[in-house]
Amino acid sequence: MDMQTIRELQAYGFFFFTVFLVLILYGYCYHLYKSEKTGRRNYEKYSNLALDDDPSSNVLEKKQE
Amino acid sequence: MRPGQMLSYDYTVAKLFMFSTILFGIVGMLIGVIIAFQMAYPDLNYIAGEYSTFGRLRPLHTNGVVFGFLLSGIFSTWYYIGQRVLKVSMSESPFLMFIGKLHFWLYMILIAAAVVSLWAGVSTAKEYAELEWPLDIGVVLVWVLWGISIFGLIGIRREKTLYISIWYYIATFLGVAMLYLFNNMEVPTRLISGHGSWLHSVSMYAGSNDALVQWWYGHNAVAFIFTVAIIAQIYYFLPKESGQPIFSYKLSLFSFWGLMFIYLWAGGHHLIYTTVPDWMQTMGSIFSVVLILPSWGSAINILLTMKGEWVQLRENPLIKFMILASTFYMFSTLEGPILSIKSVNALAHYTDWIPGHVHDGALGWIGFMIMAAMYHMTPRFFKREIYSKSIMEAQFWIQTTGIVLYFASMWIAGITQGMMWRATDQYGNLLYSFIDTVVVLIPYYWIRAIGGLLYLIGFFMFAYNIYKSMSAPTISAEPKNASPMGGRLNVEVSNV
Repeated sequence: MDMQTIRELQAYGFFFFTVFLVLILYGYCYHLYKSEKTGRRNYEKYSNLALDDDPSSNVLEKKQE
Repeated sequence: MRPGQMLSYDYTVAKLFMFSTILFGIVGMLIGVIIAFQMAYPDLNYIAGEYSTFGRLRPLHTNGVVFGFLLSGIFSTWYYIGQRVLKVSMSESPFLMFIGKLHFWLYMILIAAAVVSLWAGVSTAKEYAELEWPLDIGVVLVWVLWGISIFGLIGIRREKTLYISIWYYIATFLGVAMLYLFNNMEVPTRLISGHGSWLHSVSMYAGSNDALVQWWYGHNAVAFIFTVAIIAQIYYFLPKESGQPIFSYKLSLFSFWGLMFIYLWAGGHHLIYTTVPDWMQTMGSIFSVVLILPSWGSAINILLTMKGEWVQLRENPLIKFMILASTFYMFSTLEGPILSIKSVNALAHYTDWIPGHVHDGALGWIGFMIMAAMYHMTPRFFKREIYSKSIMEAQFWIQTTGIVLYFASMWIAGITQGMMWRATDQYGNLLYSFIDTVVVLIPYYWIRAIGGLLYLIGFFMFAYNIYKSMSAPTISAEPKNASPMGGRLNVEVSNV
């Protein structure tokens, strides 16, 4: 295979890889909204991790020991 | 165990890094101002022999600001935010405390060695990767220590969910680790040739490949140090200081992955119209334009966090610093994609527009955010109020004026330069020689130098304010949100 063909394959490979990653990215967006709609998880409450961060604050979700 | 029963956060390492942020900020920016004046008045090159030439000082300025000021700020805020949002104290782990202190002192030795070696002219001549191989190994060690700190603290956390800022710090750590290792693959020349100095090395990549790896690194250093680690800070400090939750936590997650996905491909825009394959240039250009989306996703999320609370912008200079930082972030991330469009790049590349663009981000976005972070942390570190609100207000306006002078002069200079370089007469001959452009640009260089000087003056005011805060009136309890600040303006408000 000559260099020209290899370069072309690289470019096509890159394009389809990009499309694949775009699908994953938008799939993630769909996942976020779906999770909230079905009540599986409330993402917005995690904002409180910054607001409520004193040593005396309650732990929002305890880490499994 | 509830963490509050006996614990308090330990800010020893965060404080040490705050001092180094201020120290390297002064050094890096002072050198920047000196070289800006050298551009306007070239005789300044000769005041200290080879040690005062532009070529020697410029890498000192960039390395000092990026790896001295900026990294110190990132480390300092990490050792502060990390404990708080994970709800775990450094004092709980003597091991992590030891690693934190070792991280700081090794880092200080490394930066000192970097200053000496760059000043002596020891350089690989790769932009932002000038350090020679023994120092590169030191950088890797420092970075690994930071990684142990990050993942060690995460390992002993009480809070299960990692707050969005932690995601960004992890991305900074992993991104820079990968970029740094690949771009600094080098061979000591003496090892293979038997000649020359042991200190000297050459890149393992050749020609165009070297350029590609270099700008993949160079631009992503902007991504993972200038952007990602600063977003980490603003997502914590703005909500905390204003008492407002992030406008949309989901948007912060989505724009995180968007940024990670797109940023890594954008570096090719540094090599438009060079010998790298054409499709790569186009790819660099397209990804840079697409990059507007996740960048503005974060920036708008940050601005909308202040929804309904804009009155705080008038009352609290810290909010002002952060909101202007975010605005400059939007501005830089719009300007960058415009510069990456091939036809615009043909005009702007190699002109003064580029350093103008860099400094919108460096001074407006990064500088303002890091100073705001330091101001926010100071009352929590020392249990004292910030010494003076009026100094903060004055500093804000002096530095903002400095930034405007900087980028406005560099826009005009850059476009003038680009237009003059390409101007031809009716027969296709170039109308101007290089020196013609230099003469025309001198007034803009003066304006830029004065702008930089104003920013430096503001930075000295910041350093003075922090210094005086260490002996300011004490506060009885840690402030929940707005940082307490003293000074004349506050007295006036309380008298009304």
